[in-house]
Amino acid sequence: MAANETTAAAMTPPRDAAATAARDRAAEYLVSRHRYRWAEALPWLACIAVFFLFPDRLTFGSQVLVMVLFALSLDLILGYAGIVTLGHAAFFGIGAYTVGLGAAKFGWTEPVSGLFAAFVVASIAGFITGWFLLRYRGLTLLMLTLATAIMMQEAGNLRSDLSGGYDGLPGLVFDPLLGRFDYDLYGHTNYVYALVVLAVVFYFVRRIVYSPFGQALTGIRENVRRMHAIGSPVHWRLVTVYTIAAGIAGVAGALFTQTNAYVTLTVFDFENSAKVMVMLILGGTGRLYGAFLGAAVYMVLEDYFSKLSPTFWQFGIGLLLVLAVLFARRGVLGLFEQAGAYFGKDKNKGSKS
Amino acid sequence: MTAALQVQNLNRSFGALNVTCDVTMSLERGARCALIGPNGAGKTTLVNLITGVLAPSSGKVLLNGVDITTSSQAARARGGLARTFQINQLFRGLSVLENICMAIGERDGENNNMWRSAGAKRSVIDEALDHLDSLRLVDDALRLVRELPYGRQRLVEIAIALAQKPRVLLLDEPAAGVPSSESHLILDVVANLDPDIAVLIIEHDMDVVFRFAREIIVLVQGAVFTQGTPKEIMSNEDVRAVYLGQEGHDAVQRGGGHV
Repeated sequence: MAANETTAAAMTPPRDAAATAARDRAAEYLVSRHRYRWAEALPWLACIAVFFLFPDRLTFGSQVLVMVLFALSLDLILGYAGIVTLGHAAFFGIGAYTVGLGAAKFGWTEPVSGLFAAFVVASIAGFITGWFLLRYRGLTLLMLTLATAIMMQEAGNLRSDLSGGYDGLPGLVFDPLLGRFDYDLYGHTNYVYALVVLAVVFYFVRRIVYSPFGQALTGIRENVRRMHAIGSPVHWRLVTVYTIAAGIAGVAGALFTQTNAYVTLTVFDFENSAKVMVMLILGGTGRLYGAFLGAAVYMVLEDYFSKLSPTFWQFGIGLLLVLAVLFARRGVLGLFEQAGAYFGKDKNKGSKS
Repeated sequence: MTAALQVQNLNRSFGALNVTCDVTMSLERGARCALIGPNGAGKTTLVNLITGVLAPSSGKVLLNGVDITTSSQAARARGGLARTFQINQLFRGLSVLENICMAIGERDGENNNMWRSAGAKRSVIDEALDHLDSLRLVDDALRLVRELPYGRQRLVEIAIALAQKPRVLLLDEPAAGVPSSESHLILDVVANLDPDIAVLIIEHDMDVVFRFAREIIVLVQGAVFTQGTPKEIMSNEDVRAVYLGQEGHDAVQRGGGHV
């Protein structure tokens, strides 16, 4: 009893070697957590390998990369901050139409600056809608974000003279990349372009996720009441990350328009919002690389099934989802982690963050 | 000198039900005050009004002389008001150490940083470890909170509040739900809090109240029934009738093992 009394009172009780070791171990974990691990090179190596192994499938490959980028932006808000949204396609669509309209109506055909423009415009949209909507959570937020995307789609439909409606803006022409690399029929340039953009955005997202701000987002996801109680400006934090994620979704949309050289109002489809969420959940939320795996698995299977059975291909996707929900609650990446923990010698300790 | 926390004529009603009726109280710096009352007396509501979870219908709350009645919860927390919850509100999927770092990061404004890695500021980690050290939680630093036994989770709950370096601390039944074999750990922590912090504790266990408090406020049906030193309260016949007579006496009989 007496021993307990004194330890609680003294802020720095004398420590023995074991306690010091425990402290160092704990500190080391936090200090080293953000460092790059070897396994993280794998998805990038896979992307590079695809370039050489499937030179005639790179148009499809760039579509996968676009969806990876889109899913990555969703991971930032859904996986880390715990914001559930069914309207993320709104920002994808805004980005897609920023470069689409820019090229079709204003002659803004330079691709890289187009991406920046898409980022800015989509961010502004994210900031404005986020400011109003992020006061709500759960189902209410789900409905409101869904409504936002539908409203944007209908606004585009209303001005189909500008947007091209569901026929879209076909035959967009963009300048050669950096003024040097023209677009070839097999999509080599597009693939490399998409991969570089993805890598750059990924670097920024990864920094944010491992920053104190990223930690605070995790805190909001884990327990928002506690975050209020420790003085966190929760709404402001959510609006900030929502704005960033909207901007990145806009970049993904812009890349979509540029690599396809056309855009229609279907980019705002509910299906697009739902698909990206399915991809992310399939891959694993809140772990960055889940976006890679989810988008790749989903799109490759979609491609495969649709060739196998053009009428019933969605059955395959549905079956996959049911299996994922039943056996891989934390996504495909979660399965890998479980396998790693099972076979590895306690090496992956604390891999879930 | 201004009191650390002042509550002036605070009212709150839910429809026709007045849950808080004209409550006036104040905590000096270093105060050790217990808030007691039968179930449904409005104790937790009062804490929620003070911390800004609920808005009062009328009345004022002042923190170190500054009117915070309309401030957000977060602004009050940054002003030095910390609380623990009756039911744990922790980041269950994070490690114990990360739970504490979260509070320090928000206190220092560190959590606004989007670029530096979370582990880059060693001073934050060291301070968090010091807090854990003083509560004997260092060995659990890397365990996920949800893996800890409930009693240890209660300690984390207090550790987070202390990491905010509060000037006013509101403890809502800190030992609630903890088996009596472990509750002494928590009560020792409560008994040895920094003497500069003004502490308001809600507690049902009369042993704890009489051990800890230098002042007791009795809340009945949302209103301050009486207040005074533990001795005065103990000898107050009216209090015995409404409160001690039913629950407190039983608790003493049972040896203070309130679960």
